[in-house]
Amino acid sequence: MTNKLEAERPLSPHLQIYRPMLTMMMSIAHRITGAGLAIGFALLAWWLVAVSMGPEHYECVQTFFGSFIGRALLFAFTWALIHHMLGGIRHLIWDTGTGLDKTTIEVFAWATIIGSILLTVLVWVIGYHQMGGL
Amino acid sequence: MATPLKRIRGLGAAHHGTETFWRQRLTAVANVPLLIFLIWFVVSHVGASYDKVRECLANPIVAVLMLALIWSAAIHMRIGLREIIEDYVHTKMCKTVSLMAVTFFAALVGLASTLAILKISFGS
Repeated sequence: MTNKLEAERPLSPHLQIYRPMLTMMMSIAHRITGAGLAIGFALLAWWLVAVSMGPEHYECVQTFFGSFIGRALLFAFTWALIHHMLGGIRHLIWDTGTGLDKTTIEVFAWATIIGSILLTVLVWVIGYHQMGGL
Repeated sequence: MATPLKRIRGLGAAHHGTETFWRQRLTAVANVPLLIFLIWFVVSHVGASYDKVRECLANPIVAVLMLALIWSAAIHMRIGLREIIEDYVHTKMCKTVSLMAVTFFAALVGLASTLAILKISFGS
């Protein structure tokens, strides 16, 4: 009886019913980058603690961050951070009640994607330049 | 009919109104300049020696900005991770445990970073 009622009650459509859209993907990306940055924060804490503990510990952390995997992780976190930041600024603009029309949200979405990639590359180019490479 | 005053007195089902929403926005605004500062700090110290990095982190302005970043980001992270759990975890026990775990994680990461900055600042 209960099961029958549950099956018959009108259900609101969920995610899988919709065609994937850019704005929807941006919303998901904002969450994923946010969750990923929690790991990034733990790495920052690890780095700071290593500095506080002395040169040997710092050397160990630097070896990890300097490795291929370390660099790949840092690159991913740089992008996630910038993407989440630009996405967040977009949300702050929306909080004021502006920029909510269809065209603007699409423009914001593309600006976040392109902006995050360009800024990430820029940060890394400056970083490598700083090291004397590139 | 409920008047706006009457509605706001109860502060909603959770009894703290829009506090979490507001705190998330407040920390978001603070995080923007603080994280730009962090990126600048990390990039400008690529390849620097241990002594140089430690000396720069001990600078009071750098230390205060780092502490502000750590606390603002930890609060922001706790709210965001809780929101994800509240949306996707529906088993009561699992939800309670993961919400607690998020707070413990935010506190651990925040406190460890804070202690590190203080140790570096006071040179012990």
